[in-house]
Amino acid sequence: MNFHAIKSIYFFEMARTGRTLMQSIVSPVISTTLYFVVFGAAIGSRISEVDGVSYGAFIVPGLIMLSLMTQSLSNAAFAIYFPRFTGTIYEVLSAPISFLEITIAYVAAAATKSALVGIIIFITATFFVPIEVQHPFWMIVFFTLTSVTFALLGFIIGIWADNFEKLQFVPLLIVTPLAFLGGSFYSINMLPEIWQKVTLLNPVVYLISGFRWSFYGQADVSLALSLAMTFLFLAASVFVIHRIFKTGYKLKP
Amino acid sequence: MSAIISVKDLTKTYDSGFSALKSVSLDINEGEVFALLGPNGAGKTTLISTVCGLVRPTSGSITIGGHNAIKDFRAARQLVGLVPQEMPTSPFEPVLNTVQFTRGLFGLPPKPELIESILKDLTLWDKRDNQIMSLSGGMKRRLLVAKALSHEPKVLFLDEPTAGVDVELRHDMWRLVGQLKDKGVTIILTTHYIEEAEEMADRVGVINKGEIILVEEKAELMRKLGRKELTLILHEKMEAVPDALSAFDLVLGPDGKTLTYTYDTQSERTGITTLLTELSNTGIRFHDLQTKQSSLEDIFVDLVKG
Repeated sequence: MNFHAIKSIYFFEMARTGRTLMQSIVSPVISTTLYFVVFGAAIGSRISEVDGVSYGAFIVPGLIMLSLMTQSLSNAAFAIYFPRFTGTIYEVLSAPISFLEITIAYVAAAATKSALVGIIIFITATFFVPIEVQHPFWMIVFFTLTSVTFALLGFIIGIWADNFEKLQFVPLLIVTPLAFLGGSFYSINMLPEIWQKVTLLNPVVYLISGFRWSFYGQADVSLALSLAMTFLFLAASVFVIHRIFKTGYKLKP
Repeated sequence: MSAIISVKDLTKTYDSGFSALKSVSLDINEGEVFALLGPNGAGKTTLISTVCGLVRPTSGSITIGGHNAIKDFRAARQLVGLVPQEMPTSPFEPVLNTVQFTRGLFGLPPKPELIESILKDLTLWDKRDNQIMSLSGGMKRRLLVAKALSHEPKVLFLDEPTAGVDVELRHDMWRLVGQLKDKGVTIILTTHYIEEAEEMADRVGVINKGEIILVEEKAELMRKLGRKELTLILHEKMEAVPDALSAFDLVLGPDGKTLTYTYDTQSERTGITTLLTELSNTGIRFHDLQTKQSSLEDIFVDLVKG
């Protein structure tokens, strides 16, 4: 293992976050605060408790997951797309560093950044609503798995995209709707029966459900199913990346 | 001299079906400066990229310092520094960071005194905290050299180091190559310019349409390729070249108003003085003259045909 190289890429990426603090950290905090104001205070005050939890508190795990997913995805996608765009990727590809190490470095950096955002949102939320975490271990498990899985997915998108439009396409047009419809702001029990079934096709439901369970002990689907699905996405992403590296897809002609 | 890079039967066919390299075999000796000449699209960059691990070979083998470039890529790539032809840089990064970053990629611990001396040599030390986008084109190229040197490579690839740079920078680059050679670094550079090969190289390879068509000691090649044409624009139309001038193998232009003399710039006597004296003796007057060196393109045509 070329640990120096992994460290170099990781800290290079983290330094980039440091320089773009407004965009990386401040903007998600502001948008989350807005969600609390709009959904928690304004609309939420008219909604009775959901599964015994106040609406404001109920949406916290969903909000954290929403940020975790979109941030991991866009951080990782941009991190690998930008050097491809500028051409500086040549130095990573010609260095004595394996594809596995490249992936670990970029994905770890993207996951760290989104985790930081997630933690900040968690802390911000405690100022607005009372939050309890019944299963801290499982919370950390879901938190980590989700940030890593979506960073892997973002990494794939960053390699697949050959223009900025494609880079935005998946996060904006696929992941954001799935995240919104995955129960970030509601329990799927609140949906008409037919939509409860349809919703189960949305992979994000399992992530949010498991994460929310770790907070309040309630879930839309079973914990085992949530975990299984999370690992399935992780495995699928790892498989795709493995294929990319095997074939040199878009990286090494 | 032992080969530090050995390329055997290397082919590269891109997915589009384009054959960029057709069974290329080439040995680069340790410590030499090797110039790879070729027109645009000849396969120079593909060859370098394949050796450096940026392009996957279709078949054939590459060894660098005795290490197989694919099976033992870590040891092989560790020896190599690459300065690409395009100038890819991350615009927002500070100079010093990006050079340290490259060293880290090669698995080496930081060595601030080395980085400082490289940046000073390349007159970039004062710019170390500047964002790369604030650098001029020449500085960016020097930065890429600094990055390539940051991990103390034994082999340095310079892909068209002087394409589109001004005379001063071109001379700086030549000087740098000389210094690196003195330190024992093997250098492979690609270029369009014969002049450049002439200035720097020990050996020259010519690649065209994905094939190495010639590898030669520079001195030998210069002798072969150093032909030049002298064209005289005549005052009066001429029907045929006078017998008195037959020794010069002159070519009369189709309109009868030009005489062209081909000579070897590398030879001791070019014969120009004698020719001009003879012309004067035979009373042939001319009102203008021009000389033209065979361009690389001409030479390729010759080589390919020959």
